[in-house]
Amino acid sequence: MMLASFIDSAKDFLFNSFGGATVGEGGDPILVFVVKLVIALLGLTTVAAYLTWAERKIAARIQLRLGPNRVGPFGLMQPLADAIKLMFKENTAPAGRDKFLFLVGPCLAGGAAIFAFATIPLSAVNHGVQGSYDFHWSLAHLNVGLLFILAVTSLGVYSLFLGGWSANSKYSLLGGLRSSAQLISYEMAVAFALIGTVILAGSLDLEKIVEAQGRSAWFIVMQPLAFLLYFTGALAETNRAPFDLPEAETELVAGYHTEYSSMRFGFYFLGEYINVFTVCAIATTLFLGGWLPIVPFLSFIPGVFWFLGKVIVLVMIIMWIRWTLPRLRYDRLMSFGWKVMLPLGLLNIIITGAVVAFQAA
Amino acid sequence: MFKQIIKGMATTLKYGFSKPITMQWPEEQKPVMPRHRGRHILHRYDNGLEKCIGCELCAGACPVGCIYVGSAENDPANPVSPGERFAERYEINLMRCIFCGYCAEACPTEAITLGPRYDLADYRRERTVVTKEDLLEAWPKFERGKTGHLRGAGGDQRENPKETGPGISPKVAWEPMTNRTHEAPLPGEQGISKDVPSVIDPPSEDDR
Repeated sequence: MMLASFIDSAKDFLFNSFGGATVGEGGDPILVFVVKLVIALLGLTTVAAYLTWAERKIAARIQLRLGPNRVGPFGLMQPLADAIKLMFKENTAPAGRDKFLFLVGPCLAGGAAIFAFATIPLSAVNHGVQGSYDFHWSLAHLNVGLLFILAVTSLGVYSLFLGGWSANSKYSLLGGLRSSAQLISYEMAVAFALIGTVILAGSLDLEKIVEAQGRSAWFIVMQPLAFLLYFTGALAETNRAPFDLPEAETELVAGYHTEYSSMRFGFYFLGEYINVFTVCAIATTLFLGGWLPIVPFLSFIPGVFWFLGKVIVLVMIIMWIRWTLPRLRYDRLMSFGWKVMLPLGLLNIIITGAVVAFQAA
Repeated sequence: MFKQIIKGMATTLKYGFSKPITMQWPEEQKPVMPRHRGRHILHRYDNGLEKCIGCELCAGACPVGCIYVGSAENDPANPVSPGERFAERYEINLMRCIFCGYCAEACPTEAITLGPRYDLADYRRERTVVTKEDLLEAWPKFERGKTGHLRGAGGDQRENPKETGPGISPKVAWEPMTNRTHEAPLPGEQGISKDVPSVIDPPSEDDR
């Protein structure tokens, strides 16, 4: 009896304050937002932690090893153990550092990726009874969502560069310079690759872009070149192999985060994996139909699962690539970015634009 | 370029789905080769008498001088070995031993051989000097050996067998390929814990 009444009151509380029919007509949108924010933050950090586990497992299997398997079943508690280890490590920092910027670097590393995730819709809008409210499955529904994403992912460069510069170490500085050059070069190609989808969908609103894919076909079918360009550029933007020159753990010391240790380094690490997840989420939204099921009759599975499933597949492909392809030489990396990716991106825009204009006429 | 990338990706995918070659030591133990030269074993005759007669030929043959034999006269009424004398103390410094097997070659009674055991690391240097208690073959009939020590090689030497530690782990089943007719103690007997996999398969006649 007590339990039933407790559940009832909990339901009341949840529906009336968070998701319920009152939102948008005098409810508490701020509370809804805060709850979404907490879920997204905790979820993303957990996902990032478990991506490190997945990475180690995948790397191990590709190299005929077993990977972490001592902490918990299948080594599932390994991220927790790693986090504890990182927190208890000594937090060393070089003496001549810029104290403020040295802290800002790691914060921005994860921050930029989380910002970008804010506008990504995990599922279709839930309309209330008679359209009394709209529940968006994203932190913030912007009608220029894609533009926002392109803007905030550029912030990631600051984390690398500030981290490299503020440490007052030549290794960090050179690493930071390399990373900044790489990220700025590939950002152009990535942006050009995304424009094709905007031309096809006729909107910068991510929800509308997914809906447009539902009407026609997934944009990976209509824009295969753009998808390849985006995916390659995304690898470079997240500093993943084969474009992981900023880090290049087998060749350099560590690049921009040479002087970081303990949890400050942990934030860079976390940021990298959140970045990977976000980049895959963007690719899913723009090219793989977001929350749409593969075939229409499977639509009884909620959109969130479709979305997350596609993202996980992409993440695994990125990890698979990391343990397969060798690192590019730096000059080849730059010439590939400027001389191959960028022209191909422009070509894609021209062709897409021409076809759309021709069809309209 | 795409062809090579796809080829590489296919290779890693193939390996990703094949069985890992990692062996989960010490839960899994790899069988050693029949002639593996690991830690020494002091053998017994079928009636339980020790083969070692305390002649110190092994100590003489040892190129690094790591063997110490302290021999004593046998009590005719209650002999430890069939000879006049027996080894009251038998110690091998495993830090020095080079596992050459000259001791086994020199032994006139085939009392000492090199066994299958290889997990010899320890946290304490003293423990790497193995004594007669560590080396002597376990014997099902005797709770204590005739010199008063508990059990024998392959068994847990300590009073409380649950306190397993490095150096003398009970995980070693010992080689059954020497010329013996009696049954070797099985896991669960003679202080060998039950979950120990056998180190080597019983040899066929050809292996000898």
